Amino acid sequence: MTGRVLSRIALYFVLILGACIVTIPFIWTVSTALKTPEQVYLLPPRWIPSPISFANFAKAWTALPFALFLRNTMFVTGMCLIGQLFSASLVAYGFARFKFTGKTALFYMLLGTMMLPGQVTMIPTFLIWRNFRLIDTFYPLIVPAYLGGGAFTIFLLRQFFMSIPRDLDEAAMIDGCSYFGIWWRIILPLSKPALTTVVIFSFLSHWDEFMGPLIYLQSMEKYTVSIGLRLFQDQYGAQLDLLMAASLIHILPCIILFFVAQRYFIKGIVMSGIKG
Amino acid sequence: MSNKIRKPLTHRASFWGFIFICPWLLGFIIFTAGPMLASLVLSFCKYDLKSVTFIGAGNYHRMFVGSEHEYFYKSLTNTALYVLFSVPMGLTGSLLLAVLLNQKVKGVAVFRTLYYLPSLTPAVASALVWMWVFHPEYGILNSFLTINLPFPTLGDQGIGFAFRPMIAHPPDWLQSSAWALPALILMSLWGIGGQRMIIFLAGLQGISDEYYEAARIDGAGAWHQFRHITIPLLTPTIFFNLILGIVGAFQVFTAAYIMTGGGPNNATLFYVLYIYRHAFEQFHMGYAAALAWVLFILLFTFTLIQFKQSSRWVHYEGETK
Repeated sequence: MTGRVLSRIALYFVLILGACIVTIPFIWTVSTALKTPEQVYLLPPRWIPSPISFANFAKAWTALPFALFLRNTMFVTGMCLIGQLFSASLVAYGFARFKFTGKTALFYMLLGTMMLPGQVTMIPTFLIWRNFRLIDTFYPLIVPAYLGGGAFTIFLLRQFFMSIPRDLDEAAMIDGCSYFGIWWRIILPLSKPALTTVVIFSFLSHWDEFMGPLIYLQSMEKYTVSIGLRLFQDQYGAQLDLLMAASLIHILPCIILFFVAQRYFIKGIVMSGIKG
Repeated sequence: MSNKIRKPLTHRASFWGFIFICPWLLGFIIFTAGPMLASLVLSFCKYDLKSVTFIGAGNYHRMFVGSEHEYFYKSLTNTALYVLFSVPMGLTGSLLLAVLLNQKVKGVAVFRTLYYLPSLTPAVASALVWMWVFHPEYGILNSFLTINLPFPTLGDQGIGFAFRPMIAHPPDWLQSSAWALPALILMSLWGIGGQRMIIFLAGLQGISDEYYEAARIDGAGAWHQFRHITIPLLTPTIFFNLILGIVGAFQVFTAAYIMTGGGPNNATLFYVLYIYRHAFEQFHMGYAAALAWVLFILLFTFTLIQFKQSSRWVHYEGETK
């Protein structure tokens, strides 16, 4: 019995210790962002700033056109989301419900692209966009989302669609529904949890996207937040209080999203039935 | 009855199935298959965005033995070291954390949230945060490592204590060519509570309690249960995480780009950063395409070997062996 109590204590000790280590960089960031410049370089470091100053957030927000970056990111993310939801769910429906020649091979190819390093397609893709004179526009970032929307998204949706009883399709068919009708009226409405998961992951990945915007966006008025933050680092790198405030502005929407949609995060992964 | 309905359904369906997967197929041809071929062709050319000249294996020669071989091998070694340490350590960490969180723990949602936070942090922001953590003088890591601790001393008056820093000369981390790479590996471990851990958690919850009950009746202890039930039944999940982990780690880019710029002294010049520089800073498109193809072939061979090897250690449930 004492052995069990001891192992419980050890368990909580390890979990709490780990959680502290993981959260310290955040606390440190928040603390730095709330400091006045004189407090940043103090030894030993001061964890709780006094005086607490919110000026850094206002300063970081106005030093670069962050509102514009935010609008750009929102636009790209939003457009990609729409594209991904439509095209990935169509493709997933095709893979989940139909038999056609070469389906298995195509599906393996789809899964294979998950393991493909993006660099091997990056340069010709860049050249394609350059050829169309679409560098420094949002098209290179958005258009791919309308053509499939990513292997992981398709896979996740397909797994979910497979779990919807086929009887519903057949009943709709008898009532004169077309295949597109089944997709639109039966499959999509019943897949709200899976679609929500896609929205969350897609938002996070586009919010995070760095290399794409780095390669394709050149003028500052097109920048997304992550590229903007990089520019901020170039200009204000020495002012760590400002830099940390700007980083927090970048992080905050992700954390808000997580708390709003927390239960879908774990469900989404479990649902996709990934076990190898 | 249902057969009668299903048959004509699948018949016409052949055509419609194709229509539905068309968006992906189109995207696959335009943005994957086509560019892959194009970059293979490009890898035998010299192309600086102005004129193309066919130079045969020139790019590969330049990479393996020619003027660039030093950087090529350096970037490959750096990346290999990064993968070699960050993947197994990260995987083990994620697995152990998943096992801990799979116990009936109070406040499990709070723990899960806290451990997940790093993965929510956008890569650029976390790179900036960690630059500050690793700051040699004022960073939080070194101020922790130099905390004064009482060390026992043996003086004339017997045993006493003297306060000395835990580590007198902590590393300069990102500014030292010896420690920059370990620093980035350390930073990668910050994400052990992310997606990978949740996939492990899902795998753990898929293991039926019956196995554990049977083992307990046979008198198996916690370690035995972990070793002989959890691990074998989790091998498909471990395999999945391992494959994607390696592919992901080979493409490490943002952290080095933001935090070290590949330095100091090329200590964190990763392979993808090397490709990026040639492609988009110096516009050596042909050479960069050759580099990308070498990465692809390396990863492909690696993945293939792992799939071949996997039949030895990955057990799928319901499979008789």
